[in-house]
Parts: sequence; C-alpha cells; structure tokens
Amino acid sequence: MQQIINFVIRNKTFLLFLLLFGISFALTIQSHSFHRSKFINSANFLTGGIYKNANSIGQYFNLKEENKILIEENLKLKSLIYNVNETPSELIIDSSTYNQHFNFKSAIVYKNSYASANNYITINKGLKDGIKQDYGVITSKGIVGIIDHTSNNYATVLSVLNTKSRINAQLKKSNHIGSLKWNGNSTKLVQLTDVSKFAPVNIADTIVTGGQSTIFPKGIPIGIVEDFAIDISGDTYTIDIELFNDMTNLGHVYIIENTNAEEIKSLQNLVDE
Amino acid sequence: MNNSTVTTVLQFVALILIQVLVLNHINFFGNINPYLYILFILVFPIRNNRTLILLLSFLLGLGVDLFSDSGGVNAAACVTIAYIRPIILKFSFGMIYEHQTIKFDNTELSNRLIYFTIMTFIHHLILFSLEIFNISKLILILQKTLFSSIFTILLCLLISILFSKKRR
Repeated sequence: MQQIINFVIRNKTFLLFLLLFGISFALTIQSHSFHRSKFINSANFLTGGIYKNANSIGQYFNLKEENKILIEENLKLKSLIYNVNETPSELIIDSSTYNQHFNFKSAIVYKNSYASANNYITINKGLKDGIKQDYGVITSKGIVGIIDHTSNNYATVLSVLNTKSRINAQLKKSNHIGSLKWNGNSTKLVQLTDVSKFAPVNIADTIVTGGQSTIFPKGIPIGIVEDFAIDISGDTYTIDIELFNDMTNLGHVYIIENTNAEEIKSLQNLVDE
Repeated sequence: MNNSTVTTVLQFVALILIQVLVLNHINFFGNINPYLYILFILVFPIRNNRTLILLLSFLLGLGVDLFSDSGGVNAAACVTIAYIRPIILKFSFGMIYEHQTIKFDNTELSNRLIYFTIMTFIHHLILFSLEIFNISKLILILQKTLFSSIFTILLCLLISILFSKKRR
C-alpha cells in the first residue's frame, strides 16, 4: 500500500497529464460522433453572449451585401406573385395557413466557421423561439445546415461544410437521390455520393434537396454539378457540387420546421420494428 | 493575489478572447489560422509547479474549444505541450534552464525561436491530427500543421518581443 501511494506521489504530474489528456480525448471522440457532443458547444450562455456582443459590432460591415441579397429575393418573390395565372378569386384558401407543413423562422449568424474539418455555425435563436434539434437551416440562395444543439437563446448549426454532415439530395431533373457529404477540401465544393449510375448527370445540372428526410422540404437549391466520376465500385457516381451559397459569408438565415416530422418518424420507426 | 497572478489571469482571458473573436476568423488562404493562445503556455513562469500549468493549459484549451465547437482537440494539444515543456526547455536553452534562472525576456532570440518552433509544431500536429481524425488525410494534416505553424511562430515571436519587459 505504501508503495502504491509513493508511486502516485512520484508520478503525480504524469498521472495528472494522463487524466487531463484522457478527458480531452474523450471529448474529441464524442464530438466526432453525430449529435453526441453534449458539453462542449458554443450554444451556451457564456459563449453565445460574447459572440452576440462581438456580432453587434461586426454586423454593420455586411449591411450592403445583406441588402443586395434581400432585394434579389424580393424580386424573385414578386415575379412569382405577378406571374401566377389564376385569378385571385380562385385562391380564397389562404395558403399561408392552410395545410402548412413547414414553418419558417429567421435568425442571425453569430459565429461562422469554415476553416476546420468540422464546422459549426452559432445563431441567435434557441429553445425560447421554438428551435429544436434537426431543424433545417437555409438562406435565400440555398442550404446551410442542420440544427445540432440548442440552449435557451442560442443554437449551433452543423454546417454542410462538416465531414459529419449527411443530407439527402437529388438531381433537379430526375428523381435520382444521393447523400450529400463534404470531404473537407474546399469551402465551395461538396460531394454528392451514392447516385445511381443510371442517373442522367451532366455538368452544370442543378442539385436540390431530396425531401426524403424529415428535415428539408423537397426542392431547396444546393448547387450545380461541377464534376462527376464513377466510383471504384462502378455502380455509383460521386458528384462534385459547387454550392450556390457562399458559406464564408453568411448573415441572415432561415430555419425550417417540419410540422409533420414527428408523425413521419414514428411511422418509420414502426416499419423498422 | 499578487501582481503576477493578476497578470496571468488577464493574459489567460485576453488570449482566449483574441483567439476566438479575431484570429479564428482570419482564414488566410482559405483555412490557415494562427493559434496565438499557446503563447500563454510558452511564456508561463518557469519556476511555478507543473501541476498548475497542466491544469491551466487544460482550461485554456477547453475555453478555446468551447467557442469553436471542436470537442476537446485544443485541450488535448495544450495539455501535451504543457507536459513536455520542461524537456523542450532543456533542449533549447541548455545550461541556463538547469540552473532555473531563466527569464524569457533575457534569452537569446535564436534559442527562443527554437523553443517556440518545437512547441508550436507539436501542438499543431496534435491539434490537426485530432481534428481531422483520419489517417488517410495525412497530407492535409501535415500541410495545415506546417502553414499554421509558420503563422503562429511569427505572431508569437512578434507579440513576445513587443511585450517584453527588457529595457535597452
């Protein structure tokens, strides 16, 4: 017993090092598995508050760019409204409340990162605003990511520029689906994998979300095909997609809530059992 | 609470804030960022005991991790360089370190450069290995380590010269 105590005292620095390194290593491993990093994320009172203050200074520098994006979006929406052929009398059912599957909320990006292999974005909406895990996040140009963690006032978003991210996507012109991943190399390019080799892929084709997951509605733009190649296995395409979004410059984002998500998930769970 | 404790605490908070609010958003050439906050471990007073520096560097790394959503990669890298610091010190400063009379403000620039370089390189190697966590991307890890190290060492040297208390 004496010897054990002596051993501990003699090697106390090394043992402390092992303990601390073990803790950080465990946190690292945890962060590499999906939705598991419970303790270390920037959606908390302290870090969120600091980012909020920093953002209140920095946000003015992007106002011009933000205005341009808003005007472009308004133009698109206006042209949609005035180009509808039906007379207004046929549209008595208010489409904004009738049979609505998706709720939209706006949020401001407090922290955006794109330099590491696993990027997260911190936004200023949280549980108080009804934001929960697995809600989709988009801008007017295209997708951004999926809500990962929420605190009362803040939430972190698993960016599409994250090697853990998997998003269901498809070709716009046909229904061939694939899984959207990121290989960590370029902030402009993401990869669509597992696309059937019978899919009619061409350079500059548009890729949109697939609507097979409960997160994004079908048809949200992602990007255009930049390059594609057949996998080593020979059965599937891996497609390089150039994102519509400039992920290095995000200001305002929209959060999508799928009100049917619970129902669809419980139904799918029934099938799995 | 004497003067040096206050300085240390201020250094600790200031370095974390500078790191997460400014330096993490530089993204030079797309993904190269300096990690200035390890300067805290580099210039930590040598005579203090090793338990303290291990605990402090763990908290320092964890603080940066908290802000950058990176799990525990910064904490792991910081704890490692804090643990091997005496060996590197002995290697780069030689006899002066043995006599425990070393003060960073009075050391030769070349010795300090060697010390900073080794520590930074080890820190970055562990940081990026854990962050990318994929042996097939070894080239990317080494590339990021190399470029970020150059950036970090330059910045650390500049800051340490700028704030050095030596009067000429």
